[in-house]
Formats: sequence, structure tokens, C-alpha cells
Amino acid sequence: MKIDRRKFLACLGALAGGGTVGTMLSPLPWKVMDDIAIWTQNWPWTPVPKGGQSYYVQSVCSLCSGGCGISVRKVSNRAVKIEGLTDHPINKGGLCPLGLSGLQYLYGPSRVKSPLKRTGNRGEGKWQPVSWDEALLEVTKQLVTLRSQGKPNTVAWISGSEKGTVSSLIDRFLKVYGSSNHLRAATAQDALEQAAYLMQGNQGAVMPDVENADYILSFGAGLLDGWGAPCRMFNLYGDSINSKTIIQFEPRLSDTGAKSSQWVPINPGTEGALALGMAHIIVRELLYNIDFINNNAFGFDDWTDDSGEIRQGFKAMILDKFQPDKVSQITGIPVGRIFEISRGFAKAKKPLALCGRGQGQVPGSIDETLAIYCLNALMGNINQSGGTGATSEPDYIQWPEVSVDGIASQDVQQGKIDGAGSEKFPFSHNLLHRLPEIINSAAGEKPVQALLVSDANPLYTLPDAKAVKKAFDNIPFIVSFSSYMDETAVYADYILPDHTYLERYQDIPTSTMASTVIGLSKPVIKPLYDTRHIGDVIIALAKGMGESAQSAFPWKNYESLLEETFGANWDELKKKGYMTIERQAPETASYTFSTPSGKLEFYPTARKGTEGKEIASLPFFTAVPIEGDMQQFPLVMIPYDSIRIANHNIANSPFMTKIVDDTVLKKTYAFIEINPLTAKSLRLSEGDEARLSTPKGQAAVKVHLYEGIMPGVIALPKGLGHTAYSEEWGLAGKGVNANDLIGPINDPASGLDMAWGIRAKLSRV
Amino acid sequence: MSTPDIHDTISNKTDTDTIDHSQGNADTKKQKSSGWIVFFSFMIGLIGSLIIGWILFPQLLYSKKYQPIDFNHAIHLDQVSDGCNSCHSFRADGSFTGIPDLSACTDCHSAVMGSNPEEEKFVTQYVEPNKEVEWLSYFQQPDCVFFSHAAHVTGAQMACETCHGNIGHSEHSKVYQQNRISGYSRDIWGYSISRLGKPGANEGMPMKMNDCAKCHLEQTGSKGACFQCHK
Repeated sequence: MKIDRRKFLACLGALAGGGTVGTMLSPLPWKVMDDIAIWTQNWPWTPVPKGGQSYYVQSVCSLCSGGCGISVRKVSNRAVKIEGLTDHPINKGGLCPLGLSGLQYLYGPSRVKSPLKRTGNRGEGKWQPVSWDEALLEVTKQLVTLRSQGKPNTVAWISGSEKGTVSSLIDRFLKVYGSSNHLRAATAQDALEQAAYLMQGNQGAVMPDVENADYILSFGAGLLDGWGAPCRMFNLYGDSINSKTIIQFEPRLSDTGAKSSQWVPINPGTEGALALGMAHIIVRELLYNIDFINNNAFGFDDWTDDSGEIRQGFKAMILDKFQPDKVSQITGIPVGRIFEISRGFAKAKKPLALCGRGQGQVPGSIDETLAIYCLNALMGNINQSGGTGATSEPDYIQWPEVSVDGIASQDVQQGKIDGAGSEKFPFSHNLLHRLPEIINSAAGEKPVQALLVSDANPLYTLPDAKAVKKAFDNIPFIVSFSSYMDETAVYADYILPDHTYLERYQDIPTSTMASTVIGLSKPVIKPLYDTRHIGDVIIALAKGMGESAQSAFPWKNYESLLEETFGANWDELKKKGYMTIERQAPETASYTFSTPSGKLEFYPTARKGTEGKEIASLPFFTAVPIEGDMQQFPLVMIPYDSIRIANHNIANSPFMTKIVDDTVLKKTYAFIEINPLTAKSLRLSEGDEARLSTPKGQAAVKVHLYEGIMPGVIALPKGLGHTAYSEEWGLAGKGVNANDLIGPINDPASGLDMAWGIRAKLSRV
Repeated sequence: MSTPDIHDTISNKTDTDTIDHSQGNADTKKQKSSGWIVFFSFMIGLIGSLIIGWILFPQLLYSKKYQPIDFNHAIHLDQVSDGCNSCHSFRADGSFTGIPDLSACTDCHSAVMGSNPEEEKFVTQYVEPNKEVEWLSYFQQPDCVFFSHAAHVTGAQMACETCHGNIGHSEHSKVYQQNRISGYSRDIWGYSISRLGKPGANEGMPMKMNDCAKCHLEQTGSKGACFQCHK
């Protein structure tokens, strides 16, 4: 049989034909199509938690000092969502974007997963994972060596908070070790506490009772931008905005200003003058609380001092020096407006004046703080409902007294290295921003030989970054307890990573006017990595410091320490998640002050100048000088805080960075806000790239034309310009760190940082 | 006969036809033999593809996987008081536990109890290091599907065996046949590649969307709205 080509092709065709018919009559094509359809819906890159029981674990957020209660939803072992805790007294169910994005910190790529030892140079990022035993041994060795050399006071510990058992543990550790250098950055709360102490004589956190006030003057406080406990403020605006009047004095139109009853633009740095000008009007028109002033105030009227000299009182001083016209000129606010607001404030049932620029991270001038406090004093709202005042310190941490040995007791004489509590600055407790200058200007041996850093990121958050870096270069041994690879951790020699807040127990005390609320942060999941609670690490380090240290730290571990500290309250605290310690309810017409005169002092008698010379003790307004020559730097730059950008020791989460406007951050450029008139004079248009220079440094920025900022003033968002945190975190290299461009300005009276801005120049590129 | 007329032409035609036929016959013979080859090729193609489609394809489509531990349901069913519910239960909030966690097993199996090497493997590799067993789920549905056991078991009072087959009496874990393309178990399509015929003893009901719809139609009068299962 001959098969020619034609037949061959016919056979092939038939084969194919038969194959096709058979295939169609078989399940193959239909099943494959169905399977492919199913396959297209498999998206393995979409994160789906493993199935399991879903339930809620309650805890307290400590990403900022607000202390909001949180409810974390879990599916099996995985935390999947953080929500606000409905019946928590601080936030009542609300939660800010930082709190909501907490899981990104927990599960994110910037975690330090085990103790690390630096190999390579500082900042190079070369690490060797080591065991906890080895890391603890090394750190103990360093500390013991310094102690044996008689230099325990060259050890400093920078931490984040003054409150709670962890802070007390650090205090205790340093005490038995022999150092008094427990350092923290001061905030507006420090200035406020000092002002309250000077006027009231009571030492304690100042907690304005915003919920009960009905007329609030905010001197630049970013009430909706993250001031205080953010959620408390959100609730304030949400629940009661119609029943309250909130006047926002600020050089730029912030979100707070936009939502307040009135936004009053004010020349930056002149808030103190405004407060005294308003006091002038209130006093002149006899709108102040006359009963209170007559019975409970000292220094309001002129008085005769011990030497027989007649001293000018507050009343005479402001009537003389702070006329409304003059104040209007200084502040840029029309006179009529100042009158209107002063009268409105004074005639309100529960007036309240607040300060603390933005989120309140820079203390500000003590005189300005005093001036604003005086407004409250004039209305007699101290320790009253809807008012303000120093609250009593929570004293639930009652541990046995520590006995120190010879080496440790020597240091007590030396005092704190940053000068806080010294003769020069007797009322300031924290002056960390002075440390870089102190280190850099020290001749001979460096004053800080070992630095431990926990819950803080000084290489990023301290102003004048160049000076800070130089100071750190002069510290031979640095240990970080950070859970994340932040700027300070990158620069450390050892990292002993703490659990994140979602993996540990910790007491988080916060205060309202009426009570102290101690929240209990609980482990929501078991620790993901080889991290250890800082409390346990301190106890372990103490055990290596010798006998007196060991006896001062009798606890087995941190959890048993908490149990012992809270005693009978521990079970309730664990179950409920928080504990409320009510303060004595404020009563009207019952004022107790612990000043030398027993009254509220408009002339704080405790305040004496250096060398026995009394400085002008009445709160006064002196324009706070900002760095920079007007010729070279014709603009004034102010930093601003945003609820969408974390700018303290924690870096912004990816979720939050995503909700930052394109007019604040775009790709790698931060935008400075500039008035269109000023921009025009500089020939800058919207979105142009520009070179921003200040006396402290330079940066490339882009320009956003904004009519909500005064001509001649530009504003830079804080919290950007990070250099650390892993690349996937999406923040490093974006924008510029405001702290690189601004330096601290020391208040001569308190030593606190009162810089509210710096002079700047903007040039086209 | 001599003068050509129409009949002649016809007969001519016939002749031609005849001639053609005779020619055709000879050709057909040839065609028939070559046609046979073509037909034969067609049949090879047909039968071959049928064999591939019906027999080879199902075998190749699924990969065989084994459960980490060869679990014996029958022994355990004897030991418990509440049947399937003892380990596959509803939580207080109404959610279904599905395949139990390690905690359901460790009450009894904190140490090796019997002589079965599988149990020993279970205790040493999973119980002691407190590691969850990565069970392969035969009835796993895609993420887009919402299924409520509570609605069917508590609500409609359906027996577990109706959908899942007689697993409770099995002495070994079934081989997990995973579809290489879609990644799901063969149990979803059903073991019959044509989806005809009833499931076997140790097989549950097929669980493609149409299967659920069919039962819903019979039991509730309607196949169900989209959003009932695809939230």
C-alpha cells in the first residue's frame, strides 16, 4: 500500500480530528478550564491570617504618652486589627492613626530580632547576633569596669517617660550604681509643671480639665494634631464642639485651627505677650475672679518685702507695660479682636487657657508658660472643674528604700550631668537637649563614658542633629534597648531589644484632672523574636552589679515586680485593664497651695536668680530670640506637628505615611508651606524644588503655596527625614528631619529649650 | 443504432457511466484501502484521546500527598462521647473549630499511650515541641467562599456524613489528592472525573458551587443569592 503525501496529510488530519473529537468527549478540556479559573483566583500575595478562633485582647497603647485603651482582635495566634477600647476612661473607644497602625510595628521588617553586637564601624549597619547571656555579660562588664574606676557618674540613661515602674527601675538601678543621670527630653509638660510649681507650690503633672471647660484659649496647642492624649481631644471636638468655644492662636492654619471656633493668626513666638495683653484687659475691666485674687493670691497687688522695699505687683506691671495697642503691634492681632476674646474668656463660666505648641514636645519659654498660667490664675480656675492645676503625683510605686554603697553615694554630690536640678536650674527636672553641648565642649576625658537608651531616639529627636551626632561620637559605649532599628540603635554598640508594647506587661499611668488612670499594657501575643522585657534585663544587670544592687532588686522578674507593686489591686488591674485612683474632688472656694505664702503666687517667691540676685520674677514677655541673621536668612521657619506623622521616638508607620497629603510629602520631598505672596517674591511656584537653609543646615525641599500661613513665615513638617528603619518600611530618605535644621535655645531662667523656630532662607534651584 | 439520437447519448452516458463506474470501481478500491488508513488514524486519535482524557488525565492531574500523621478516626470515635462534635465543635460565638488544634489532642496524648509508631511520631514531633500539625484540609474552599457550619449543622440539622462522608469510621487518613492546577483537594470536584455517579463510602459530597446550589434548590426552593456565600 502506497501512502503518498496526500494520504499522509489526510491521516494526520484524521488523527487530529479524532483526537479533537475524543478530547472534547473527555473531561480534559472542561476540567482544565475550570481549574484554570480557580487558579486565577489564588492570590498568595494577599495576606490572609490562618483560620482559627477570633477573639479580643484588651491592652493599653504606649506608642505615645497618651495611654489610650486598645482592643486587639486576634484570629488564632495572629493579631489582625487594633481598635479603641470603648469603656476606657482616657479615649472612650477612639484611637488615633498611630495607635491603629500598631500592628505594623509588631510584625514589620524593622524589628530587632535578637541581641546584636556591632561589628564594623558605628552606623555601618554591620551586626552580629549574640545570645542574651553574652550580651548581658558584655554590658555588665563595661558598667562594672566604670564603677570600679570610680566613675559611675559617667554613665547616663536616656529614657522616654518619667512615670511607671520601668522608669522607676531605671532610677533605682542608677541609684545603686552610682549615677544620677536618668535623662529624658523635656516637653511642654515640663515647662507647665514648673510654672505650676512656681505659682502653686504643688509638684505634679498639669492636667487641664478640657472636658468641663467651656471657653478654651489654645496658645498654639495642636489639640487635633496630637496634643495630649489624641483621642481625648478628638472626643472633645466631636462630642462638645457646639457647647464650647475654642480659640486657636497660631501662625498657621492647622487642622486644629480649622476646626476651632476661631483661628486667630499670631506672629510666631509672641504668645506670651498676647497672654499678658489679655491679662491687662481682664484686670483693667475688673473681669477677673476678684474673690479668688483678694483671698488667695500673692503678688497681684504691690507688696512690701522683708527689707521694707515696695515691690511692683502683677497688676501694676501689666497695666503699665502691656497695653492692648502695644500687644497688638507685637502679636499682629487687631486690637478689637484682643478685646473681644479677652472679654469672652473672662465672662465664660469655665474659662481655660492652654499652651504647648503643636504636640507640646518643645517646652517653650518659662515666662510665656507663666504668663498663660496667669490667665488661668486670674480666673481662679486652679484645681477647679474645667480649669487646670498641678495634680498630685501617683504614688502607687512603693518599693523598699535602697541602700547605696560607698561608690554610689559619692555621685550624689555631682548632680545630674544635664544641669537639671542644679543651682542654676533648680526647678527643671529634664534638660537633655543641653547634653550634646556639654559633651562637645568638655575638655579632657569625656563626661559620658557609657550611654543606655530605652524608649527614646535621641539621634533623631534632639535638635541640632550635627551637634548630637558629634556628641555621640564622643561616647565610647552605647547600648540601645530599642525594638526597632532606629537611628540611635543603628549607632549603638549593643542592642538588647525590648519586647514591643504588644508583647509585654507594663503599667501606663496617665492623668486627668480628676484622677490618675493606670492602664495595664498586656502581652497580646507571645514575643515573636528573641527579645526580652527591659524590666527583666534591668533586674539581670543589677544582679551583676554587686551585693547592694542585688538586695535592691529582690524580684524574680518584671511580672512578679508588677504583681508585688500592685498587691491587692493586681487581679483587678489584670482583669479590667486599668485602675483609677480618684483624686480628691475639686471643690470651688477651696484652694490649697504649698507656696511659701500659702497663696497662689503671681510673683513666684521661689524663683531667685543666680548668685542671689533676684531676676525680674514677675512673668514677663521677652521676645525669644531665634537663631539666624536677618540679612542672610530673611524668612522665619517654624516646625509643625501633624497627627499623621509620628515625630517622637517612634517613626511613622507605612499606613500613616500613606495618608500624608501630597502637599506635605511627595516621593522623597518634604514640602514647606509658604504664603503665595512670599513665594511670588522669591519666584517660587507650587511644587517647585527649592533649597532650604538655616544656620544649622540645608536641605532640598519642595514648595507648597498655602494662604493659611503668614507672609514671611514658612513651616516644615516634623517627623520626616528618617535615615533608619528598613527600606521596606518606606520612610528612610523621605523628606528632611526638622531637627537637622533647628537648634535649641536655652531659657536663661529654666534651662529648658524654648526654640519655636529659626530663621531660614529659601532659594530656587 | 447507427444514427446518434438522444437514446444513444443516454446510452453513451450510461456507457460513460459504466465506463466511469468501472473506472470508479477500480478507484474506489484504491480509495477504500487508503480511506481505511485515514479512518484508522481517526480512530487512533479518537480512542487515544479518550484514553488520555478519561484515564491518564485524572491520574496526572492530582498529586498524592499524605497527612503528616496517619490519623485513625475509628479508634478515636470509640473513645469519645459526642461523636464528631467531640473534636469538631462549635465555639461559644458560633464559629466552627474545623480541624482541631493541638490542644484538643494533648489532654490524652501528652505522652505516648499506645504502640502505634504514628502516635509516637505525633508526640515527639508535635506535642513535645508544642508545634501545630499542618493537617491537609480536604474540604478547603477558596477565600471568596463564606460557609457557615452553624447554619447547616445547628440550623438545618444536617449530619456531618451527608457532606463529608463516613470519615468517622476510617482507620487511616485518606490520601490527599491535590489538583496540580488549582491547588485544591480532589474532594471538591468529586472523585468521579465526569462528576457522574454517587460518591464512594469514604468520600464526601462534591462541593463545587453547583453542588451547593443543587442541594439548596432541593431543600430551600432556591439556589441561593450570590451574596449569601460571596460576601
